[in-house]
Order: sequence, then structure tokens, then C-alpha cells
Amino acid sequence: MTTVKPHFSRKLLAIPYGLFLLLFVVIPLLIIIYYAFTDANGSFTLENLKDFFSGSGGKSFFQSATFKTIMLSLFISVASTLICLCIAYPVAYIIASSRLKNKFLLLLIFIVPMWVNFVLRVNALKELLDWIGLYMKSDGWNIFNTILGMVYDFLPFMILPIYTTIIKIDKSYLEAAKDLGATGARAFLKVTLPLSKAGIISGISMVFLPSMTNYVVSNWLTYSNVTIIGTFIENAFKNSLWNNGSVTALILLLLMFVITWLTGGFNTEAESGARGTSLW
Amino acid sequence: MVKLKSCLKWLFVGLIVLFIYAPILLLTVYSFNETERITSWKGFSFDHYKYFFSFDHEPLPIVLQTLLLAVIVATLSTLLGTIGAIGIFYSKKRIRSTLSAVNQIPVINAEVVTAMSFLLLVVALHIDKNTFIPLILGQMVLCTPFVVLSVMPKLKQMDNNLYEAALDLGATPRKALFSVVIPQILPGIISGFLLAITLSLDDYVIAAYTKPNTFETISTHIYGLTKGKNVNEIKSSYWAFTSIVFLIIIIVVVSANIITYKKSRSKKQ
Repeated sequence: MTTVKPHFSRKLLAIPYGLFLLLFVVIPLLIIIYYAFTDANGSFTLENLKDFFSGSGGKSFFQSATFKTIMLSLFISVASTLICLCIAYPVAYIIASSRLKNKFLLLLIFIVPMWVNFVLRVNALKELLDWIGLYMKSDGWNIFNTILGMVYDFLPFMILPIYTTIIKIDKSYLEAAKDLGATGARAFLKVTLPLSKAGIISGISMVFLPSMTNYVVSNWLTYSNVTIIGTFIENAFKNSLWNNGSVTALILLLLMFVITWLTGGFNTEAESGARGTSLW
Repeated sequence: MVKLKSCLKWLFVGLIVLFIYAPILLLTVYSFNETERITSWKGFSFDHYKYFFSFDHEPLPIVLQTLLLAVIVATLSTLLGTIGAIGIFYSKKRIRSTLSAVNQIPVINAEVVTAMSFLLLVVALHIDKNTFIPLILGQMVLCTPFVVLSVMPKLKQMDNNLYEAALDLGATPRKALFSVVIPQILPGIISGFLLAITLSLDDYVIAAYTKPNTFETISTHIYGLTKGKNVNEIKSSYWAFTSIVFLIIIIVVVSANIITYKKSRSKKQ
């Protein structure tokens, strides 16, 4: 015990939340690992992993339904993320660079629907698809509708961070580029685009994982005819198959860590809360 | 040429707005339909609104209990998250970056994984779901990190000398915290609270995994509306509810924005 500093009490405030995170975030993730590597009796086994990675009826893993689901999920997720990016970037750019005085009001138009309950929104989209006759038309349309649903739901999460980074770019950089003879397109490619990279990355990490796992969208828009990785966990939950469900959860968890590590999402000191802080 | 370009630009933005709003607008129009079918228009009526606003039918009590749950979860999350954010902010760098990184996990993680892992803890500890403890704690796992994320920037912007000055002038650390620090970060606390309410109202997965069997939230109720009695009536009364909510949101958001915008302009002048 050395001298007691006047603000010692403030540090101690981290304890309750630290314990909360440990108990309800970290330990549950460790339990997932435990369940993934044990059987119903609690003894160590690799059977769950083998179950996941083996084909049934003499087929190899690459011909199994599991593999097909993973590939389909990846396709849906990559397509949704790319479409979101192709829509969100121009929208964010147009709003941010417009001469309007109250730009934020325009941005709000894109955020307002998010305050309608998520399941109600998906229901609304289903009714619209039904109304124009695209609901349950064919397998191809089912996949299309799933992607449409993901884009519809996650688009604001892509627009917000991109808008936030574009609006922060110092206008004098663009003026300097133009003074030095750059064309509008070249100035955009060399100045605006690189400077908004953080927003793009943050947006991608907000859309990619949810559009691979949000089975509410795929179930509702396709009458449960499209299975994505998230559906595996849903099925495991319904049938109390904790060990099998944990393997899927573990794979998704590892994927989350890889994506976050690649995008620097854990480095919260720099840029964080694109989703959280700009909503309000 | 320039004009054509800007026309095309705004046409694009307009189309995207149409895409985002079309489903909700369709529901709004058909919430005034006499029948429950969306494919045919039978005539204008307020039937679905009447159905919704009657306590004899399921939707209204479920909406109210969902709201109550959201307020409880948001209040607890805001308390925990605000205290946590202050603690994390004043901790040593190592503890600060560790806790901030763990705080990111529920934000980035797929919701199903968060729900599944939390449910495994509930199962392992044999906590009874009927006590509502799993549901409230589970939604707090979802909401509290966002409260921390909205309080943190306000702490960073705060002038730390004010706290020291309060101590020098004889305030106890607790008094300094409540009368100097808290008022300065209040905007962050309020936006964290509102965000927590929205997240709780919007949540389906965690509620579905941790709720008592007999309890329904708006999300789980609608998700389960595939078979049973009066499914169509209930569904269309939820459309009526959605239309009302949507109208209120638009009015509140637009007027709040215009008011703050006018204020900031008059300040500048």
C-alpha cells in the first residue's frame, strides 16, 4: 500500500461490469468450446466435429448437405455485403457531398425504418414479395429473396459508418488535389476513397456475419426453404442438441475473430461504435 | 450535362428510399383494408385498429409487456454500462484495452452465437427461465456494450481538470463524480439508454432462447404466427400497430432534427 490517490474510487467502478463481461460473455464462449469437444456424458470426444465434417451415406464432406449450406451461406453473405456496399457508398457519398444545409435529416430517412420492429419489417417485406408475386416462385427466387431481405435489413448499417467517415474528410484535401490538376474522378479515387476506407471496413463487418446467420430473414422469406448456417444453431436449439449446436457456434465464433482481427475491430482505442454511437 | 448528372444521382437515392419504404408503406395501406388478405382490397375500414386497441386480444398486452421489458433492460444496462464506462476509462491501459476488446464481442458476434452461448450458461447453472432472469440478463448482454460505446466518447471529450478542480475545492470523489462527471457525459448516457431500448424492442433471437415459455415479446409473437386461431386478424392488427409506430417515429425524428438544426443555426448567427 503506497499513497492513496484521490481518484482510486473511479477505477474500482470497472469491477462490476468487468465481472458481468467475464460471467456472461467470456465464460459462455468457453462453455461453447467445452460442449463442442464433449459428448452427452461430458467426456472428451471429437465425434461432434467429425459429425459436422463428414458426409453421410458414403459421400465425402464436399458432397454433404452441410458443405452445401456453408457454400450457400457464404454466397448469400458475400452477395449481400457487396450489394449493400454498392448501394450504400453512392448514397452516403451523394448525401455527404450535397449542398443541402440539413444533410442529417436526409440521412435520417435511411435510419428511420430501423426503429420498426425487425420481425415486423421482415414480415412487411414478405408481404410485398407475395404481393408482386415473387414469394416462393422457385429455388432461385428463394435465394434472391433471402439476399434482398439481408440487404433490406442491413443497408443502414453500411450507410451510417461510410457517411460518418466521408463527412469527416477535410474538404481542403480535395481542393488541393484539384488545384494540382487532378480530375474529379481522380481526386475521388486518390483522396475520398482511401480516406473512407475505415467506414467501408466497419460497414462490411456489420453486414457480413449477420447476413450469414440471420435465419429469421431466410426462414420468413422462403418459407424455411433456404438453409443458412444460422439455421443449424436454430435446429440444435429446438432439439436441445447442445453439442452439435456448439460446433456450429464455435466455427462462427472463430470466423468472427478472424474477421475482427483482419479489420482491426478489437482496436477500440481508434475508431469504434460506428453502429452504436451514430444511431442517436 | 451537370444537371442531368445530378438528376440521375438523386433518382438513384430516390429509388433506394423507395426500396426501403415500400414494404412498410404497403402494410400501412393494407392496415386499412376490410379483410386480412393483402392481395385484395375490399374497402376502407378501421377494423384492424379496433382489434389492436382491445385488451381482449393478444397484441396489445404483448406490446405493453415488451415495452416494460425494454425499459427494465435499458435501465439496468444504462446503470451498469455507465458505471462500467467510467471505470474502464480511468483504468490502466492494459485493463482498459482488455475490457474494451471484450466489450466488442457481443457487438460484433453473430446474435445466434451470443444467444446460444448464453443459453448454455443458463442450462449449465440450472437457472429457471420462468424467473425472467435469463431473459433480462441475456438482453443486457446485448445492450450494455452499446451503452459503454456511447458513453465512452463523451468521457474522452470531457475536460478532466474540472474533476480535479472539484476535488481541490473540497468535494469528495463521489460528489465530484455525481456533480461534475455525470452531467458532462449525460448526452452519452441518454443516447445509450435510447439505443438499449431500441435494441431490446428489436431483439428476436435472445428473447426466443431465454424467455419463459408462456411469455411473448412482439418479435417472438409475430415469428410464431404461422398456425393457430385468428392468425390473420392478429397479423393485420400488428400492421395497424406498425403504421402507428411508424407515423410517431417520423413525426418525432423529423421535428427533433428540425428543432436542433434551427437551434444550432441561430447559435451560429
